[in-house]
Amino acid sequence: MNRILFAKSGRAVFISHLDLMRTMQRAFIRAGVRIRHTEGFNPHPYMNFALPLSVGVESRCELMEFALEGEAGLSELPARLNAVLPEGIRVLDAYESDTKFKYIKWLDIEAHLFYYNEVHPAEELAAFFAGPELVMEKRTKRQTARVDIKPLIASLTVSGVSPSELLLTARLSAQEPVLSPAQLIEAVRQLSPALTPDFVRTKRLEVFDKDMNIFR
Amino acid sequence: MDDVLERILLKVQKPARYTGGEYNQIIKDKADVDIRMAFCFPDTYEIGMSNLGLQILYGAINAEPGMWCERCFAPWGDMEEEMRRVRMPLYALESGDPLFAFDAIGFSLGYEMAYTSVLNMLDLAGIPVRSADRRSLTPLVFAGGTSCVNPEPMADFLDLCAIGEGEELDIEILRLLRKAKAEGWDKPRFLREAAKIPGVYVPSLYEPEYNGDGTLKRVARREDAPEKVTKRIIEDMDSAFYPTNAIVPSTEIVHDRVVLELFRGCVRGCRFCQAGFVYRPVRRHSTAFLLDKARAALESSGYEEITLSSLSTSDFKGLAQLTDGLLEWCEPRKISLSLPSLRADNFSMGLMERVQKVRKSGLTFAPEAGSQRLRDVINKNVTEEELLHSCRVAFEGGWNTLKLYFMLGLPTETDEDVTAIARLAEKVLHTWREYAANKSRGVKITVSTSMFVPKPHTPFEWEAQTGVEEYLRRVKLLRESITSRSIVYNWHEPHVSLIEAALSRGDRRMGAVIEEVWKRGGRLDSWTDYFSFERWMDAFRACGLDPDFYAARERGEEELFPWDVIDVGVAKRYLARERREAYAGRVTPDCRVKCMGCGANCLLKRGGCDE
Repeated sequence: MNRILFAKSGRAVFISHLDLMRTMQRAFIRAGVRIRHTEGFNPHPYMNFALPLSVGVESRCELMEFALEGEAGLSELPARLNAVLPEGIRVLDAYESDTKFKYIKWLDIEAHLFYYNEVHPAEELAAFFAGPELVMEKRTKRQTARVDIKPLIASLTVSGVSPSELLLTARLSAQEPVLSPAQLIEAVRQLSPALTPDFVRTKRLEVFDKDMNIFR
Repeated sequence: MDDVLERILLKVQKPARYTGGEYNQIIKDKADVDIRMAFCFPDTYEIGMSNLGLQILYGAINAEPGMWCERCFAPWGDMEEEMRRVRMPLYALESGDPLFAFDAIGFSLGYEMAYTSVLNMLDLAGIPVRSADRRSLTPLVFAGGTSCVNPEPMADFLDLCAIGEGEELDIEILRLLRKAKAEGWDKPRFLREAAKIPGVYVPSLYEPEYNGDGTLKRVARREDAPEKVTKRIIEDMDSAFYPTNAIVPSTEIVHDRVVLELFRGCVRGCRFCQAGFVYRPVRRHSTAFLLDKARAALESSGYEEITLSSLSTSDFKGLAQLTDGLLEWCEPRKISLSLPSLRADNFSMGLMERVQKVRKSGLTFAPEAGSQRLRDVINKNVTEEELLHSCRVAFEGGWNTLKLYFMLGLPTETDEDVTAIARLAEKVLHTWREYAANKSRGVKITVSTSMFVPKPHTPFEWEAQTGVEEYLRRVKLLRESITSRSIVYNWHEPHVSLIEAALSRGDRRMGAVIEEVWKRGGRLDSWTDYFSFERWMDAFRACGLDPDFYAARERGEEELFPWDVIDVGVAKRYLARERREAYAGRVTPDCRVKCMGCGANCLLKRGGCDE
C-alpha cells in the first residue's frame, strides 16, 4: 500500500472527516494522480485514513493509505498534492508501507487549556492526573460505562504558559480502547470540576505502535 | 485565525462553512488593491456556493487588476447567535475582514424569500439597513440578480441595482466607484453618475406616487435619471469570462459538481415562466468552447460529475455532438454526466442512453398542467402523447422512478384541469405497466404541485393568485382523484407562495414590511426552519398593507406597474398580447419556428437572436 503523512492546521481544522475524504479525492484528480477504485456497484477511489480526526483538532501526523494506479511516482507526490490542496492541508511525506493501521497504539497530543476567570497552577492539574486511578463515565453510542482511564495514559505532563493558560502533553491510547483528548478533558470536568478549562486547543503530534516506535 | 472565531466555530454546526480557505479561492495583497468588494449571497454557504452566477462574477471581478472580490454568506441561526453574543461583525471569507471595511457590498438576489436575509446580513455587519441612513460613499450597497427585475420592494435598502447580466456591468460600477473614491465624491454625486451607466437603477432618484386605491399613479424622476433602465446582456458568450478555476468547497454543497452553462435565454415562451422572458434573447456558447471549458473545469476542480445547465438544455443545437464529446473525455476518467431540465417532448432514446452510460439518476418531467387545454393556455408546448412517449422511452430504458411537476392555480384552471393531473399520472403508470423493461422492482411516480406565483415581466403579471384556501381545496380534490398506490402526491405549502407573490409584484411600500419582518426576527425565509407566515401577516398589518392587494388582485390592462421602470427587452404590449392568446387558448410557436417580435432582439447590436 501507498501512504501519505500529512498535516492539518489553520482554517483546515474545521474540515470534517467526511469532507476531508472528498477533498483528498479531488486533490488527487487535480494533481493528475490516478488511484485505484474499489470494485462493485458504485466504484469509488479507495482511501483509508488511520485515526479519524475530530473537527477543530490540529495534527501533524495524519496518515492516509491508497493504491496508486500504474507506475508509482511517490517521491514527487507531496509536491504535486501540495500544489492543489486547500489552505492548511500539507502532505509531508509519501511512501510505501506494509504495516497495518490497527497496529497504531499510542498517540502523542498537546492541549492548551485556557482559563478565562481564574488562575490554576500547573501542579494542580498535574496532581489531578497523578492519582492512582481515574474512573470516569464514558459514553458510547449505546451505553454509558464507568471506566478507569489511567491505564490509557502512557505519560502526561503539565506546564504553565501564562497565568491563564496551561500546556498539557500526553501519550494516550489511540485505539482499542481509545482515549481522545476530548475525553481526557471530560475526565477533568467530571472528577475535578473546578479545574475545567473554558477553552481547549488540541493538536496531534505523533503516532506510535505498542512498542513505542513511531508508526508509519 | 482569530481566537474568538476559532472558539465559536467549535460550537456551531458545519463550521467549514465559515472559514474560507478553499481551493481556488482568490487571495490578493491588499497593497495592490484599491477596490474591495464583498459578494454577498443572502442564503447559506451550501446554497450560495452552488450558484453559477457567484462563481462567474467572483472570477470576472478578480480578473480585474486592483480589484479584490471576496465572498460572504448568511450564517445559520446557531452561528448568528454566537456572532451576536461575542459582537463579531459579519466578515468576508477570504480575508476575514468585516464587511464595513469594504468599498462595495454586492448582494445576489435570485429569489424574493432572501430579502430579509439581506437586512440581517447588513445588520450583522454593523451597517445601517436603509440606504438613506448610510451617508458615506463606502460601503456602497447594491444588488443584482433575477429578483431585481422588480427592484422596488428592496429599493429602500439598496444604493443601486445592477439590472441584467453582471460580468461587464459590475466592473463598470466598481470602476466608477474607484474614480469617486480617488476624486473624493460624496455619495449623492456618485449615485447620479452611476445612474448614467446603462443597466444601473438608482432607487433614490425616483419617487413613486400612489392613487387613492393604492395603485401606482406616477413615478417622479430626479435630475437626469433615465426614464427606463434597460437590462444588460452579454452579447458574445464565448468572449465573456468563464469560470474554469471555480472555487472547490471543502465541505459538501447542494450542487457539488461542475456546472456547464450552455446558453442563456429560452426559445420556448412558457407564459408563467419569468426566466423564459427576462433572460431573452437566446445566446449560446459554441460547442468547441464548451468542450474546452468543461475539460478545463473538471481538471481544475477534481470533480467527478458535470452537469449541463440552461433553461431548456434539450433545446441546445448540437447537444448530441456536445454530449458525445464530453462522454468521450469523461467515461475513461469515471466522470459522470447529468442532464437536468429535460423537456418531455424531445427526450430521445439516444440522449438518455448517453447519460445512462455512466450513471442513471432520477428523471423529472414538468408538464405543469394536467390538461391539454391548460397547457395551451400557459404555452407549455408539450402534448400528452409526447410526454407518454418520453415516459415509455424512459421505462424501456430501465428507469423506475419518475417525478412529475405541476402548478395549481394557473389562470383559467377548472376542477377538470385539476383532476386531469391524476388522469395523466395514471396514464404514465399504465405506460410503465405496458413497457417497463423490468417490472419486478416496481415503479414510483411522484406528482408534485405548488401554488402558481404570477411574476413581473410575464404575460401573467396582471393575474390574481388563487389564494391559500382555494389552492388547498384543489389539493384535496387532486389527492382524492389519485387512487393508485404507485403514485405519490406531494404538495408544496402555499403560504410561502403567497408571500412570494406579494413580494415579487410589490411596490416600494413593501420595504417597510420586509424591514418589519426582519425586526421581528425574520431571516432565511426560504427555509421552513425559519419561515413564519404569522410573522409576515403581523408585519403587513403593522404596516397597514394587505398581501392580497399584491398577490390576489387582478390588475387592469392599463395599470402602471412598479417594475415598469425596468426594461428587460420584452415589450409590455407583447406580454399583453400573449395574455390575450392565453385566454383564447392559443399557443405561440417557439422562437425558432417563428419570431413573434417580443422585442428582446433589440438588446443585441447584431440584431437577430439565436445564432
